[in-house]
Amino acid sequence: MTTQAIADPHEFLKAQIRWRCSEIAFWLATLLPFVLAPNYLVLASQIAITALFAMSLDLILGYAGIVSLGHAAYFGVGSYTAGLMSAHGWGEPLTGLMAAAAAAGLFGYLTSFIIARFRHLALIMITLGIGLVLVEAANSASWLTGGFDGLQGIHTWPILGKFGLDLYGYTAYSYSLTVLFAIFLIARRLIHSPFGLALRGIRENGPRMPAIGAPTREHIRTVYTIAAVIAGVAGAMLAQTTETVSLESLGFQRSADVLVMLILGGTGRLYGGLIGAIVYMVARDQFSGLNPQYWYFWIGLLLIAVVMLLPNGILGGLSLLAARLGIKS
Amino acid sequence: MSETALSARGLNKHFGSLVVASDVEINLPPGVRYALIGPNGAGKTTLINLITGMLRPDSGNIVLGNDDITALPPDERVRLGLVRTFQINSLFPHLTALESVTLAVCERRRVAETWWRRLTAYSDEIDEAHQILSALALATAGNRVTRELPYGQQRLLEIALALATRPKVLLLDEPAAGVPRDESKELFAAIAGLSRDITVLFIEHDMDLVFRFASRVIVLVGGRVLVEGTPAEIAADPRVRAVYLGKTRQGLAQGRAL
Repeated sequence: MTTQAIADPHEFLKAQIRWRCSEIAFWLATLLPFVLAPNYLVLASQIAITALFAMSLDLILGYAGIVSLGHAAYFGVGSYTAGLMSAHGWGEPLTGLMAAAAAAGLFGYLTSFIIARFRHLALIMITLGIGLVLVEAANSASWLTGGFDGLQGIHTWPILGKFGLDLYGYTAYSYSLTVLFAIFLIARRLIHSPFGLALRGIRENGPRMPAIGAPTREHIRTVYTIAAVIAGVAGAMLAQTTETVSLESLGFQRSADVLVMLILGGTGRLYGGLIGAIVYMVARDQFSGLNPQYWYFWIGLLLIAVVMLLPNGILGGLSLLAARLGIKS
Repeated sequence: MSETALSARGLNKHFGSLVVASDVEINLPPGVRYALIGPNGAGKTTLINLITGMLRPDSGNIVLGNDDITALPPDERVRLGLVRTFQINSLFPHLTALESVTLAVCERRRVAETWWRRLTAYSDEIDEAHQILSALALATAGNRVTRELPYGQQRLLEIALALATRPKVLLLDEPAAGVPRDESKELFAAIAGLSRDITVLFIEHDMDLVFRFASRVIVLVGGRVLVEGTPAEIAADPRVRAVYLGKTRQGLAQGRAL
C-alpha cells in the first residue's frame, strides 16, 4: 500500500483491474469436476447456475446496497419464459436464454422504479412482497404455468444443434459453466467501469451522491435491471438443464437461500456469490446425505458462525489471511 | 449575464412550531466571498439545505443565475452549478481520493452510466481528477483510501469533490470544522485561491477567518437575516454585538482591529 502511494494514477487504477493469479486458478479449478468428480456433474451444473444467480444478487446488494428478499422473482420469470417456450414447441436453448433475459429484464426494469425510491427495511419488505405476489400469480394461472404441479412437457433441444443433454450432466455442466463465465466477464467489466465506480459510491455513501451531481435513482434502476437480466438467464438455464419448472423457482425459499449464499461467500467482491454457492450447495449435498430432514440446522449454524467471525464472508476471511501471511492475492 | 449568481427570495421553513427560516432574502453577486455567521441553532446549515434542495421550503424561491430552481432535486441543482460541502465529513470511506474525485468528474461529464467500458479508458477524466487533487496539494494522497487520510486532508477532499462538479456557486458548511487552527488557515488559503468565477458562501465560527477571507458577511439569528454588510460594518453593528455578547466578543474585537 505504501509503495503504491506515489504511483501514477493511471497505473494504479490499471493495477486494480488486472487479473490476479487467484482468479485464474479459480476458473481453472472449475474444470476439475470433469476429471475428478464425473459423477457429480449434475450437481456441478446446478452450482454453476446458482452461482450465476448469486452473482446477480451481489451486483445489487454488494455494490449498490439493495437488500432483496425477492430476487427469485426474476430467476423464476426467466425459468418460466424458457420453460414455456420449450413446452410450446421451441426448445432451442440459446434463443430461450435470450427471451428469458428479455422478460426478466423487462420485469426488473418495471419494478426498479419502485425499488429505487426506498431503502433498508422498506426495501426488504417490498422485494419480499414482489416475490410473494409473483408466486401466487403463477399458482393461480395454472392453465399457463401448471400451477402447483409445475410446468410439464419441457424438452431442450441440443445446444448449438449438436450437444444433447445427457444423464451424467456432462453437457449441462459445460453449458452452464460457459454461460456463467461469459456473464462473469461482463459483470467484471461492469464493476471496473465508471458505472461500477458510481455503484461503489452509492454503497459507500448513498446520501452523498446527489451532492456530487449523481442521479442515484437512475443508477439503481440500471443496476437492478441488469441484475434481473442475469437472474433470468440463470433461471432459464435451470429450466433447460433440468427440463422442469416449478413454483419453487420463484419462491421465498430460493430468495432466502441465495441471500444466505452471498453472505456466506462475501458481498461486494463478485467471487463471493460464486464461492458461497459452491460452499452452500456442497454442504447441502453432504449434510442432507447425513441427515436428510435437518440439514438446515447445519446451514443455520454455518451462517451464524460466518457472520459472527467473518463479517466479510469466507472470501473476506481468506483475503485477511492472505494479507496476514504477506501473500498478494 | 445576471447581476446575481444566487438568490433566495422569501424563504420560509418550519418544523412544527420551530421556525428555522423566516423570510430569508439573500442575493449573492457573482464572484463574491460571503460568510454566513450566527449563533448555534440560527439555521445556517438549514439554509444551505434549503438552497441545495435537501429540504423543501414551505414558501419562497431559489434562483440560480436566471433559473428558478426551487422545484429541482439536489442532483440536478449540482449539475447546474450549485454545489455544497458538508460540515461533518461525508465522503466515500473505502474509495481512494482519486477514485472519489474521478467519480464526481464522471458524473459531471455524464459517463457514469457507462458500464461496458473500463474506467481506465477515461484518461481525460482521471487526469482532471488528478489535477484537482494536485491543486489542493492532495496528489500524493490520491491512491490512499479516504478513511486512512488525515482529517485535514479529508476536509480538502470535500472541497476537491465539490470542485470536480465545476461549481458556479459553492456553499461551504464549516470547511475547517475540527481542523487545528494552523491547518485551517491553509484550508482557507486554498479556498481564497479558488477561481473568481466561483461565488462562495461559507459558514464559519472563527471570526478571525471570517474577517480575513470574506468580502461580505450575513448574520443569521433565529432563522432570520439580522444584518448583512462588509466585515467592518458587521463588527461595528451593535445588534450583532448583542447577539454575540460574551461568547465571541474577543473574536469580533480582533476582526475590527483588522
